[in-house]
Parts: sequence; C-alpha cells; structure tokens
Amino acid sequence: MDKPINNAAWFLILPAFLIVLFNAVIPLMTVVNYSVQDTFGNNQFFWNGLGWYQELLDPSSELGGRFFASLGRSAMFSAIILAIEVPLGIMVAMCMPRRGIALALSLVFIAMPLLIPWNVVGTMWQLYARSDIGLFGWTLNAIGIPFNYTNDTLAAWTVLVVMDMWHWTGLIALLCFAGLKSIPDAYYQAARIDGASRWAVFARIELPKLSHVLLIGVLLRFMDSFMIYTEPFVVTGGGPGNATTFLSIDLVKIALGQFDLGKAGAMSIVYTLIVLAVCWVFYTVMVTGQNKGGRG
Amino acid sequence: MSLHLDRISLTVGGVPHLDSISLTLERGTINVLLGPTLAGKTSLMRVMAGLDRPTSGRLLADGADITGRKVEARNVAMVYQQFINYPALTVYENIASPLRVQRRPAAEIDRKVRAAAELLRLENHLGRTPLQLSGGQQQRCAIARAVVKGSDLVLLDEPLANLDYKLREELREELPRIFAASGAIFVYATTEPTEALLLGGNTATLSEGRLVQFGPTAALYHRPASLRAAETFSDPPLNVMAVEKRGEAILLPGGATARAAGLLAGLADGGYRVGVRAHELLLARPSRAGAIAIRGTVDVTEMTGSESFVHVHAGPLRWVALTPGMHEVAPGAPIDVFVDPDRIFVFAPDGGLAAGPADSGA
Amino acid sequence: MARIDLVDLAHSYLSQPPDATHYALKPMTMHWRQGGAYALLGPSGCGKTTLLNIISGLVVPSQGQVLFDGRDVTRLPTEARNIAQVFQFPVIYDTMSVRQNLAFPLQNRGVPAAEIEARVKEIAELLDLGNALDRRARGLTADAKQKISLGRGLVRADVAAILFDEPLTVIDPALKWELRSKLKALHRRLDLTMIYVTHDQTEALTFADTVVVMHDGAIVQTGRPNELFDRPEHTFVGHFIGSPGMNVLPARVEGRTAEVGGVAVELARAYPAQPAGRRIEIGIRPEYARLTASGGLPVRVERIDDVGRIRFARVRLGAASLSVVAPRGVPVEGDRALLALDAHQIHVYADSRRLEGAA
Repeated sequence: MDKPINNAAWFLILPAFLIVLFNAVIPLMTVVNYSVQDTFGNNQFFWNGLGWYQELLDPSSELGGRFFASLGRSAMFSAIILAIEVPLGIMVAMCMPRRGIALALSLVFIAMPLLIPWNVVGTMWQLYARSDIGLFGWTLNAIGIPFNYTNDTLAAWTVLVVMDMWHWTGLIALLCFAGLKSIPDAYYQAARIDGASRWAVFARIELPKLSHVLLIGVLLRFMDSFMIYTEPFVVTGGGPGNATTFLSIDLVKIALGQFDLGKAGAMSIVYTLIVLAVCWVFYTVMVTGQNKGGRG
Repeated sequence: MSLHLDRISLTVGGVPHLDSISLTLERGTINVLLGPTLAGKTSLMRVMAGLDRPTSGRLLADGADITGRKVEARNVAMVYQQFINYPALTVYENIASPLRVQRRPAAEIDRKVRAAAELLRLENHLGRTPLQLSGGQQQRCAIARAVVKGSDLVLLDEPLANLDYKLREELREELPRIFAASGAIFVYATTEPTEALLLGGNTATLSEGRLVQFGPTAALYHRPASLRAAETFSDPPLNVMAVEKRGEAILLPGGATARAAGLLAGLADGGYRVGVRAHELLLARPSRAGAIAIRGTVDVTEMTGSESFVHVHAGPLRWVALTPGMHEVAPGAPIDVFVDPDRIFVFAPDGGLAAGPADSGA
Repeated sequence: MARIDLVDLAHSYLSQPPDATHYALKPMTMHWRQGGAYALLGPSGCGKTTLLNIISGLVVPSQGQVLFDGRDVTRLPTEARNIAQVFQFPVIYDTMSVRQNLAFPLQNRGVPAAEIEARVKEIAELLDLGNALDRRARGLTADAKQKISLGRGLVRADVAAILFDEPLTVIDPALKWELRSKLKALHRRLDLTMIYVTHDQTEALTFADTVVVMHDGAIVQTGRPNELFDRPEHTFVGHFIGSPGMNVLPARVEGRTAEVGGVAVELARAYPAQPAGRRIEIGIRPEYARLTASGGLPVRVERIDDVGRIRFARVRLGAASLSVVAPRGVPVEGDRALLALDAHQIHVYADSRRLEGAA
C-alpha cells in the first residue's frame, strides 16, 4: 500500500524551524548556559551547577530575598490589575451603546489607548502625574491630597495602576462587548418572561456566555502585567526605593546594572517557567470547559 | 470521475465520528446522505472534501489515491445550510467568482454565469447584492456558484434547512434538473426521509457514524436491508413490534395470538421483529384475509387536512397510523388497528430483513 | 388562563408610514378563545412574528389594542403579561441544572421553596424530564432543551398563554413526531391558550384547532385545518397549504364548464359570468386529481415522484401543467394517461378570491 505522506514536505518547514532555532531556542539555551555558570568579567566563566537556582529559591539568601520581594510585587501588581480591569471592562462593555454612530464613536474612544506605544504611555503618565506640572498630580495636591510619586510608595503604585487601567481596560471591554453582542436576543426575552432581575440576567446569561472571552482576556492581561517593564521603567524607574521594582525591572538591574549574568540567567528561567505554568493552567481550564460544552 | 471511499474512519479526540465507511459514487449521480443529527453526515462530507483527513481508510478518485490531498488541491464545491455569498458583490459577480479565480476568459465567464443564472432562475436578479434577495434566492445564488465552478464533486450540507417550507419544496423540485445539467458527483446531506425520496438518485443511510445501507433511493425505501435501515428511512417513524412464531401461530406483544398469514407464513419458528410503515397501519379491517388486529388506545390525533396521523398505544407499543382523510378519534378511546401481513417488513433477530412485500420495487 | 382580543390592530416599523404597503401588519381584529390551540402560518416576512411580538409585549403596535381577558395590556411590558414563550432555538440557562432551570421563574417571583419543589417535580414528570432533573442543562439534546424552555413556562401557575416561535426548527424529524404529539397532549390536559407561529404547514395543521394563514401582513383565512384544505378562500391558501400545493390554473368559466388550457372541465356548481378584466382561475388539489385506468381526460405525464406512501405525477392537461396523484397500478403508456378530477373539489377564483357557485 502506498504511503500518502510526502516526506519532502518536512523540508518546507525547515526555514521556519531555523528561524525559531535562532530567535528562541539558541537564546534560551544561552540563558540556560549562563544560569549554571559564574563570571568575574573578562569573559571568564566558571561552572556553578544549580548554585544560582539554590540561592534564588532560598528566601534567606540575599538574591533569594530580593527575588521573592520583586516576585511578590509583580504578583501583587497583576492581582490588582486583574481585580480592577476585569470587572471594570465588563461594566464598560455593558454600558456601551449597541448600534449606530454612538457605537462607532465609543469603539474608537475605547480602542484609542490600545494603539499607543508602551513607552509613550509611560512618558505621558510620567508627565501627567507630576505634582508640579502634571494635571493629575497637581490637581490632587490642589484639592488637599498630598501626592508625589517620586517619594511616596502608595502614590507610585497608584500612578502605575491607574496608567495600566487607562491603557488596557479597553481591551477587556472590547472583548466583552463582542461576547455580549453574540448573545441572541431570545435569551433576554426569555429572561424577561421568566421575571429575572437585572442581576440574574447578568449572572445566569451574560457571565456564563462571556466566560470564554473573559478567560482569554484574563490570560492576556495577566501575562502582560506580570511581564510589564517599559511603563514602570519610564515612570518610576522601579522607585521610590525598590517599591515598584517588578521582576522584569529587577532582572534588567541584575543583568545589565550589575552584570551578574549567572544570577540573571537563573532568574530569567524561573520567571519564564512561572509564566508558562500559569498559561498552561489557563489553557487546561479553557480546553476542558470547551469539551464539556461541545457536541451538545 | 468516480469517487471511492474505502473503509473510511474518523476519530476526533477519542470519539469515533465515522466508522469504516465504504461507498462508491459515480459521476452524474445524486447521492443523498440520510440520517439524524450527529449520524456523521457532515463529518463524511468534510472527509470527501479534503477538509478533514480520515483517521484510517482511503479515498480514491478514478482509482488514484487522494486521501491526503487538501481541499485546495481538489476540485470540489460546497453549499451549506447558511446562505454563504460575498455580501459586497452582485449576484453576477458572486456566481462569476470561482471562474475569475480560475482566470477564465471574460466571454466564457459571461456565458457560464448567464447559463447558471438561468438554470437557477436568477437571471432577473444579477445586478442585486445577496442581501437584497430572499432567503431562497440567496441559496440559489450559492448553488449557482457551486455549479458554475465545474467541480467534480459538489457537496450540499442540508442546503434547504434554513428555508421556509414552501421555498424548500420549490427548490427541491428543481434540484434534480439542476444536478442533471452538471454531470458532477452530487452529495446531499439531509435529516428528512421525504427529501431523499423527492431527490431520487442513490441514498446512503447513516446512523451513529456507520453506513447502514447504500443503493437507489426508492429501492432503499421499499426494501430496507435491516431494521436499522428501515427505521432511519421512515417518516413518520417505523412502527415496530416483537413477535414470536410457533407453528401456525404468531404470538403478539401482550400475549395475544394471531394466525401466521402472508409474509409471516413462510418463516421458520422463532422470534422476529415486525416493522409496519405508518401508511400501512390500517384503521379499518382490510378485505384480504389474515389481517392482524391490535387493540390499543388513542393518544392523539393530528390532522393535516388531507391526512390524519393517529397516535396509538397498545401496551409497550407507541405507534402512528397515517390514514387519508379526516379521522378525529377522541383521545383515550379504544381503537383496533390492523396490520396486513403482506404489507410488512419482518426482521430476523440479528436485524436483517427476513421477508418484505413482493412489489416493493415499485 | 386568558382570552386574547386584538382590536383594530396594525403595526408599522416606520413612525409615519406613507401608505398601506409600509405596514408590517395591516389592520385586523381577532379573538383568541381561552384554551384554544392556534397556529399563525405564513412565509417569512408575512408579519406573523410581528404579531407574536405584539402579543408577547416585545413590540408596541402603532395602533389598536391588545386585551387579555378584557384588560388592556397594549403597553404593558412582557414580564407583566403572564405569558410564556418558546423560541426557535432552545433558550436554557447553561450553568444551571434542569431542576434549577425549571425553578428559575418561580424563584424570581418569590414562590416558597416547598411549592417550587413540588411544582418543578410535577412539570418535569409531565415533560418526561423526571430522570434528568439533576443533570446540567447544557449537555442535553436539542429536544430536551426545548422541553426545558417549555417547562419554564408551564411551571408558572399564573401563565395565561404560551407562545411558540417555530419551536421545532432544530429538532430531528423522528423526534418532531414525539414532541408534536406531546405538545398536543399537554394542550388538552392543561387548558392553556397556545399560539404557535410557523412556516411549516404540517406543524400548523397538526397542532392547531384554528389556523390563521397570513400573507403580506394580512390575515387571508382563519379556519379549521380541513376547511383550509378543502375550501381555500384565497389561492395563496390553496398554494401554501398542501404538499404539493393546490393546482391553480388560468381558466374561462361559463356556467358549469371551465375551459383550462384548451380543455373543457366539468364543474359541480354553476358560476355566473364575471365582469371583464377579472382574473379567473380554477383550483384543484392534487389529492382530488388522480390518474385513472379508464374514463378520464387524456394527459401527458412529465414526471412521477415517489414519496413513499404515495406517488405524485406532473402532468400536462392541454397547455396547463398540474400535480396529480398517481396511484400504483394505474397504467401509464409511454407518457400518456387518463386523469379523473373530482368536480366537487374544483374551486373557482376571481382575482384570487373564491367564488361561491350555485348548486
């Protein structure tokens, strides 16, 4: 029996394979390589085995303490972002007009921040939140709320969180809007006939039908906020002190600031594994959710 | 082209969708895939189109193996339940689109588009866009596009399901003529036995991913090879009862006995299942001797104006009798229904047909 | 429990309709008896869904009144009308069990838990959902989901009418039989007013005791299924009901004779001469025109369709083309056969309206 698989086809994916090799696998392996060695400059490297990993994961060591502190800040930042942006995005989506020119205008308005590059967003908010010339910071001070993000931890976090909300809530809102639009009218009519309250309509119809897009939205926002670098780098530079030094910023400090390539390598690997693990959990939840609903 | 499916199986995520289906479809024929939802009709079409690759088995076109060939590399056209047209293009451009892709000369495109439009009675709507058409016309446009492409294989997946009853009737009546003009292999999926009968050609009845029977449509209806085949190709549902033959007597469900007459007379002793189509279940005793009478109770009577459907239950049996004219029988009333032992299907314990009406080929 | 009256009702989706053609629903007055089973039958775009939405309260009519038991509900919202509705596609609450789905309308209305429990159980038994009560609704088949949609209407003790909007669209043919007879049995048992909207004549005729045929925003005939079948008042009704529909053929009628396609056909009744300019047609159902072994009009057979229980032939009678019944065993020689028409079942139409002849 002739075999229908044409093995020549494998050559066709060779270019793609090479690209992936050069821009993903080789750099990653370089990082792995660094993470098991120590260097004292002059391009001299010494084998360190899992030493950096042991130190990194030991909270009592200097490196470990620093790592867990920035990991905690990153996790905290992501948690706050998700806790605010997801409900807010849903609310925005539900308040959006359903048709006509008002819909077109609000779509443009909501999508606008998404189009602005990260460093521009950072610069905008760096200026906007300044207590001397920024409208946001100045106004707060003027109405009697002391606000200076360069020396106050709470203020610095507030700026970063508000900035991220401004930048990305629109994404959740757009995803939810698309999800809401796809719910057939019959569901709303049936709910009215069943005498359901507005809350019941939300909890029993809208939220279940949105669960899919929400899962994708949460995943995107988690990854993005957990790996955020540019904006805090531009706005606060990780300060005041280490108050907004997230994992990504700390990583760059160690790697480029102190040139501790081994430590930075080990940290990168652990960082990557955390992101991968979370993505895997999301993926599993999504796929099992789909299978339960499928073929019904 | 002739298309041969050789033991095609498809398993998706551990769930079998198709189970070893073998079929041969000849050019210029209409082939109806008949079966309920999830019987495997759409899966089979996707495999034929090359959208899905079968888990095992081969697909041969004129003897050449095309199993792994992608849909782009095959010359197939598809029509779906939804009316799929290019909304921004006129009907003319919609029909012309497959020819433009093939880079045919302008004169040939024009000639073919007009011929297809005439065949599908769209000649007066060529300048409109699909959204300005009725549902029936939109589907005509989609069918015209499929026909004009000159494909070897045209797949239609419940193309009339989203149309009104009357539009469905109208288009269904025209389809055999449209198909005959083309010469491709047509495969037509439907859940409705009546639709299969009206389209004619060949029918493959499917059930739970398996091919039940394949053959000329009328022959399949009048002489099903098995109980499953008869049940799949029956609307109203086939009336079935288990009987036992002992010498000259037939034991009926519920303990009554009847004389073994007609098709039942020639059988060996043992258990059988008898299938009676709704229009062969009689409300009046037939003149022919040996009719089996069954005493039941009326559940509901439905009337369509020309015919009545009387739903009867007798013990565990839930039967439907289709009778011409208006017969309003009060629910709960006792009723005798009659089975003419010459107008039944008798199935052996393994489900195969043991005896059926002689003139069934008509 | 309700009697529903539609008084001088009309609706246009435009606020200032320029003329009658812009009305989705032309002025009509109708009375729906308490406990009746009604069907609204017509092709898409005939206004049947608009009418249903007016009754359910989703659309406020441009003019006229909707009365439930004499109370004006024209402007009341859906939730204040005590109606239930089953949609084309099953509407279920995905995350809830069958039991919770059925209990939902009662919970929303603050019914005590014990009463809900009893009522849900009763309705579930009625719909053969008793064994599925604790299953998640979303995993069920389309017919079970449709039963849940219906059940959510039935659990309410106060429900006045149940509206069905093409409820069997997504149901397989074999299950349609079961659901249809279930519906009919429920109607008999529960004494509820039911209104069933569909384009499918079989569903309309088998379900309803009164069928309302709509065409172009107007009601063309209301009657029992056999009346619509045997005495269509309008050629549209003749064409729309029956499969194949009634043969409507241009004719010249004089007294007891009609000339169709150049052939003279005997009529059972006499018709007075009609004013010039009126379009005269005769209508005969395929079921009353049969090929016969002897004593009929000679026809040419173009095609025979075997629909299993019966065969229909497409024949030419002179210049006219019609569908007739071709009984098995009737000889067709080449393409020639004989056609017998039941003179009592031939109707005469002037400008699409049926004429009453004299005996």
